[in-house]
Amino acid sequence: MITKMTVTNIHVLDQDSAYDFYINKLGFTLVDDIPMGPDTRWLTVSPPEQPDLQLVLFPVKVSKMFPKETADALIKLIKQGIFGCGVLTCNDIFATYEELKAKGVEFIKPPTKEFYGTEALFKDDSGNYFSLQPLNNFDQQP
Amino acid sequence: MSAAQEYPKVYLYRRIVQAKLFIDVNYADKIDLDNISDEAYFSKFHFIRLFKTVYGKTPHQYLKATRIEKAKQLLREGKPVSDACFLVGFDSLSSFSGLFKRMVGQSASAYAAHYQQNKEQKAKTPLAFIPGCYAYQHGWTENSNFEETDQ
Repeated sequence: MITKMTVTNIHVLDQDSAYDFYINKLGFTLVDDIPMGPDTRWLTVSPPEQPDLQLVLFPVKVSKMFPKETADALIKLIKQGIFGCGVLTCNDIFATYEELKAKGVEFIKPPTKEFYGTEALFKDDSGNYFSLQPLNNFDQQP
Repeated sequence: MSAAQEYPKVYLYRRIVQAKLFIDVNYADKIDLDNISDEAYFSKFHFIRLFKTVYGKTPHQYLKATRIEKAKQLLREGKPVSDACFLVGFDSLSSFSGLFKRMVGQSASAYAAHYQQNKEQKAKTPLAFIPGCYAYQHGWTENSNFEETDQ
């Protein structure tokens, strides 16, 4: 029986820049930062109130699973903003929007009322986009 | 926030967010919450209530939580407990220690010791802490430097 998701990944273009974005701008908690060779780290972060979910800030680099053309293609798609990473939940979407904007986060859409609730969209430093939603958007459904 | 409520007034949100960011930047100084609320809104009590509605904590509770979080970060970086205490704006080691234990669930020195122990373990056997699928994707499993363990 599968019970939980505990580790998932976000492909990033630069780990130093991703560290700054996820820790200093989004306010995520650093879980692990272990050097794994000259210019790669095992870098994981958690949403502040969800320590059992680790997001791996996974660098796109040529390796066993990433031949050069695969890495190049992936980098191109990430930069185009093709990849959405999911929904991030906040208590107050208007306050969170104002705070992230003040910290220089790029929003694609300000908080907007949709039929499923209020939603804002922003991009991380690599180009991955997230949906930002208040806690009660989905939990009211039967 | 229910759909029946009005779209909030942006200027009011900006003031509350500015107060929160003020705490984030100035937590280590002797910041006066009266001044923050004066700048953010006309009435102190109204401001405190709005801040709590948005952040789930009063400004003072938020300041304390921020200081303890920053202290945890300093302890993880290897700073002594007394340095961590004064660097995040506490005057007294005993009030810092009491609050730290209440909020974190263990003493500051125990927290630091556990973190250092864990860090040493991770440096020694990193692959024991990394899911195999990721290690494989990176090609780390082929690197004998990272496979050495004491087992």
